[in-house]
Amino acid sequence: MRGKHTLIDVRVTKPDAASVIASRYDNKPDALLEILHDLQHEVGHVPEAALPVLAKALNISRAEVHGVVSFYHEFRRKPAGRHVVKVCRAEACQSMKGNELAEAAQKSLKVKFGETTSDGAITLEAVYCLGLCATSPSLLVDERPMGRMTPQKFEALVKELAS
Amino acid sequence: MIKVYVPKDSAARAVGADEVADAIVAEAAARKIDVKIIRNGSRGLLWLEPFVEVETAKGRVAFAPVEAGDVKSLFDSKFHEGGKHKLSLGLTEELPYLKNQERLTFARCGITDPLSLDDYISHGGFVGLKKALTMKGAEIVAEVTTSGLRGRGGAGFPTGIKWKTVHDAKAEQKYVCCNADEGDSGTFADRMVMEGDPFMLIEGMTIAGIAVGANKGFIYIRSEYPDAIRVMKDAIRIATTAKWLGQNIQGSAHSFSLEVRRGAGAYICGEETSMLESLEGKRGMVRAKPPIPALIGLFGKPTVINNVLSFAAVPYILAEGGKAYENYGMGRSRGTLPFQLAGNFKQGGLVEKAFGITLGQLINDFGGGTATGKPLRAVQVGGPLGAYLPASQLNLQMDYEAFAANGAMVGHGGVVVFDDSADMAAQARFAMEFCAIESCGKCTPCRIGSTRGVEVIDKIVAGIARDENLSLLDDLCQTMTDGSLCAMGGLTPMPVQSAIKYFPEDFDRPAKMQAAE
Repeated sequence: MRGKHTLIDVRVTKPDAASVIASRYDNKPDALLEILHDLQHEVGHVPEAALPVLAKALNISRAEVHGVVSFYHEFRRKPAGRHVVKVCRAEACQSMKGNELAEAAQKSLKVKFGETTSDGAITLEAVYCLGLCATSPSLLVDERPMGRMTPQKFEALVKELAS
Repeated sequence: MIKVYVPKDSAARAVGADEVADAIVAEAAARKIDVKIIRNGSRGLLWLEPFVEVETAKGRVAFAPVEAGDVKSLFDSKFHEGGKHKLSLGLTEELPYLKNQERLTFARCGITDPLSLDDYISHGGFVGLKKALTMKGAEIVAEVTTSGLRGRGGAGFPTGIKWKTVHDAKAEQKYVCCNADEGDSGTFADRMVMEGDPFMLIEGMTIAGIAVGANKGFIYIRSEYPDAIRVMKDAIRIATTAKWLGQNIQGSAHSFSLEVRRGAGAYICGEETSMLESLEGKRGMVRAKPPIPALIGLFGKPTVINNVLSFAAVPYILAEGGKAYENYGMGRSRGTLPFQLAGNFKQGGLVEKAFGITLGQLINDFGGGTATGKPLRAVQVGGPLGAYLPASQLNLQMDYEAFAANGAMVGHGGVVVFDDSADMAAQARFAMEFCAIESCGKCTPCRIGSTRGVEVIDKIVAGIARDENLSLLDDLCQTMTDGSLCAMGGLTPMPVQSAIKYFPEDFDRPAKMQAAE
């Protein structure tokens, strides 16, 4: 069915990136998660406009692509800040004052989990276990792991990321 | 030239290992000392990271925990020649934490350079695979059956039986899939294997491929493990170039290729059928069983699915014989389990021991009690779906059956301790909340039950019709246990009900306040 795709935001259309990445994986439908990872890595998020492009390239329905993008917590539908900070909210970190760290992080950045600071510097995300459970509480800054975190160290990190 | 080891394990990096390595390089250059830095895996004494070792004539000596700021004084005291320093710990091998372990799977981790094939081979690597290349598939399966190895992901299903089912299945294409979606909080053994000894996982999976007649394998690694993904991809490339993977392995008739696939932040994809869906590029919706994946698995083909630690145990089993592995353990839990001491531990880290060690020995003898120094209140074994146990249960032996008989589970071997500041009603609520966030949504008891569970616990904690709501929660838990499609909804009641059973006072506070008024 071809109707009006009112959801497509033409300003962030990156059809080229999506089709180039898909062809890198031989347009195999089972590689959809890999393709979405690469797309998010290269574009910063998974733009709405990429969904029909991927559907066509992989010969699956748009609903299937949408279903996958919306199922997985990792995929972002909107652009993120310059840095993404993922704070672990799981039990091992909770046992080491992880909840206090989570509260302090939201307060310090003046955002809730899933939001980006107003200056576009940092996106704060919740994550359930980073496998850094003996050096908890832990977080991941972009791809850099950080353990034995405290609200004070978090403040210093925010300053470092802002500069 | 002096060899200095600074771990590259992400837990070490998380506490400054990269900065320490850089500082050592800079300081050595300034002092014109010829130092070679080797970025090894972690020894598993994680509370001591960054754990720096220097090779000496007597063996490797340890200095820990080292901060970048300590490096100057380390050189001043000639640590590179084994000189004494306030951070000296002596010979690594003599540290009781390591000496008292039974490391079969983690025999090499932290000792070698993870991506050096020479290191791997000179430390016993590929002995099992070489043997497997001379054996019939059925013989390999029989060896694994003899070992008594059971699924280390947590379900504890006998690996030999699973492999036999795939071996006996008739199909042109079969697959081997490694579940490296280690999502349980308090567990990191899979990550340490992948970052610290990746060729061992490759060897174990290749042996599985030869055993069941599969020539293609996938490693499904969670996206929360960027370092593990990088190291595994590099290791596969190196092994393929050296013909330990690919067509005609080491000139034999066997072929086996491997591919890393990334997860995307869905806890449910640690459930094996959900992982298969994800590997096929779909939403991670749990499949109904039967059919079992051993017969109808990835792309509908017979598939071996095992956890990282199950595959990682296989090279030892082939090299030393199933009987050697079976000699460790108790009852029907054979061999060793790499336990992970996590959270509020004074000495958190990886402890590989034979089954049969008590929970108390792990917590006190190895873990040294709580990090905060406060009394231990609760222990959660086996991840977010495991029971919360009180201090009175510390005499429980680590054994699949002993735990099951006590309404708990060993799971993937994660042990998380909480001190007396823990609010167990809040932990029970979190268990339901986590299930609500992570449920795939396919079955009603899990999808709806978890949300209702949060609401009912909120009412109980608020003191609203407490007795009625406690019995309603009990009924809900029963429905989730009996009616869920997989372990996500089926086991979420375990932490909830154990918290109510062992810590009833935490669900009773508002009523007490009312009574006092």
